[in-house]
Amino acid sequence: MPLVRVENLKAYYLMDLYGIKRAVRAVDGVSFQVEENTIFGIAGESGCGKTSLIKVLSATFRPPLTVQEGKVIYDQGNGGTDMLSLDEEGVRKLRWEFLSYMPQGSMNVLNPVRRVRNTFRDFVGAHRVGTTKHFLADVTQHLGHLGLPPEVLASYPHQLSGGMRQRVTLALATILEPRLILADEPTTALDVVVQRGVIQLLKKLHAEQKNTLILVTHDLAVHANLAGRLAIMYAGKIVEVAPTAEVFGNPLHPYTNFLIRSLPRIGDKTYKVSAPGSPPSLANLPGGCRFHPRCPHAMDVCRTEEPELLDVSSGHNVACFLHGQARHE
Amino acid sequence: MNSGESTLLSVEQLTKRFTLGGGFSRVRLVAVGKASFQMGVAGPEIFTLAGESGSGKTTLARMVLGFIEPTSGCILYKGRDVTRIRGRANRLAFMKDVQAIFQDPFDTFNPLKRIETYLRETALNYSIAASGIEAERVVGEALAVVGLSLQEIKGRYPHELSGGQAQRASVARALITHPSLLVADEPVSMVDASLRMSIVNLFRKLKEERGISVLYITHDLATAYYVSDRIAVMLRGTIIEVGTVDQVLREPLHPYTQLLKDSVPDPDPGGKWTEEIGLGALEIKQYAQSGCKFAGRCPRELPVCRDTEPPEIESDGRMVKCHLYQSPESLAIQNTVIPSRTP
Repeated sequence: MPLVRVENLKAYYLMDLYGIKRAVRAVDGVSFQVEENTIFGIAGESGCGKTSLIKVLSATFRPPLTVQEGKVIYDQGNGGTDMLSLDEEGVRKLRWEFLSYMPQGSMNVLNPVRRVRNTFRDFVGAHRVGTTKHFLADVTQHLGHLGLPPEVLASYPHQLSGGMRQRVTLALATILEPRLILADEPTTALDVVVQRGVIQLLKKLHAEQKNTLILVTHDLAVHANLAGRLAIMYAGKIVEVAPTAEVFGNPLHPYTNFLIRSLPRIGDKTYKVSAPGSPPSLANLPGGCRFHPRCPHAMDVCRTEEPELLDVSSGHNVACFLHGQARHE
Repeated sequence: MNSGESTLLSVEQLTKRFTLGGGFSRVRLVAVGKASFQMGVAGPEIFTLAGESGSGKTTLARMVLGFIEPTSGCILYKGRDVTRIRGRANRLAFMKDVQAIFQDPFDTFNPLKRIETYLRETALNYSIAASGIEAERVVGEALAVVGLSLQEIKGRYPHELSGGQAQRASVARALITHPSLLVADEPVSMVDASLRMSIVNLFRKLKEERGISVLYITHDLATAYYVSDRIAVMLRGTIIEVGTVDQVLREPLHPYTQLLKDSVPDPDPGGKWTEEIGLGALEIKQYAQSGCKFAGRCPRELPVCRDTEPPEIESDGRMVKCHLYQSPESLAIQNTVIPSRTP
């Protein structure tokens, strides 16, 4: 069975402003599965709900973000447990040992007034009892593995460069060898050379620890380099899921098609067009298919009905009336 | 160096030193060191300043805009020194001709003012329009160029626009004064992927249809290649390579440009990296290096690199600052790119 199974997950930001209730539908009926020992990419532009999705998966969501419906099933060898039904203690056990989470801008998540060594101690001590003996040696070895000198342990975060802080966060996320890593924009805001180094490390750790990685980034070029399967999110929904090579070689959803075709590449000066219009606000979504106001192929059915995510060829799922949808007319 | 009236912008030996700290812990940081380039020599062009964070590209742009004073060197705009503009009228004339576009479109506008008010005030302050009605017409024209209409933004505050719309509105604001040069500092890095190309295409259109030159500052080599004519690559405050985008990005000469180009992730699952790279430890030391700033990380380092500043070798319209190339002829011979990515 797959390591991660998300079923019809709906997570909304519920707001109550002077008695006026509003729901921002950040994650609206998302289902997908991730097999063990694979890299699963989630791409989408800002405001499409990808960070909200990963917050729910990592059990770090707080009100106003609330789960309305759905299941997040993690397979820990006992037939799978629904993470959303666990109590606080159960979630605490799950965190870092089974799954670790690298939040967005994770180079800024280290405690600025504690030395890196103490951050490691707080963190390992909370999960492993009696490890203090070999603790420093273990941490030094793990950091060395990620190309960081031992002096890093004695430093405060502000003394390290952005790339080094990012690698320290990566070291924290992987030191307990979790089976699942959720990384939210792990290479954004890094210089290209450093970004390449971090991608290289993620690949190396994936190969060695045989972990599963769910990678969220807006940068499709990063996905091309890392992900095995890729999901494209638009306005709170997954519109296409396929093996990465399929997404790039044969994008079926018109939105994916716009994204892929507008990617600039060195050596290519042909005219690129971006999708017309702009993404909808999650508080005020259009009816029917959420892409229809921007879609050049929009038909009547797109304006009234929402397409389902269907398997159109082996492993290639797409939610679009142009592809394999039985029309309810 | 010749810098006649016909050259739009000529930067010569420009240096900016910042002093960090005070007392005994004073550190001098050379943010930009002896940078020279020319743009708009033969008609309008889009010129890219590329480099990683901390390479001094924004400092250089701020000096061109006259926001900060250079420590030494000069900036000639249409043959006149930007740093020696005196008097309000002259200052205003320069600001009319050179306009800026910033990274975050929501920071460009006052959040408490409606966008249209902001645009109208720009038209009035620069005496482009004499009356409110005329200002409305000028604003409408500028918005039409960027693909927006007055109806779309009427009565709206900056936060009510999407990132792409707000950035287009800030380009429209810059166009109100009919400038000849736009200085755009990372204009697309905050814009969504599906809208990014619309901003980049806008720069192309402005150059082709209105003859506006753009100094495009970015870390993104892929859009730089797509939009610009020539490019300068900066490393730790120095310009290390200049040429047309085809020369510099398709056949880079400097080992740093080669590494940079090779590190841009390829949006193609077939083009993954096969070679591993080493990661630098402490970057701050590189500013203080007396020789080439890339020495220590360079795969083709020579004994001379650490202590002696490399010469600037010019040939065939391109320049490279590296010890590997000792004469203009060697540029053609030594043009070997380190192979590292599988085809």
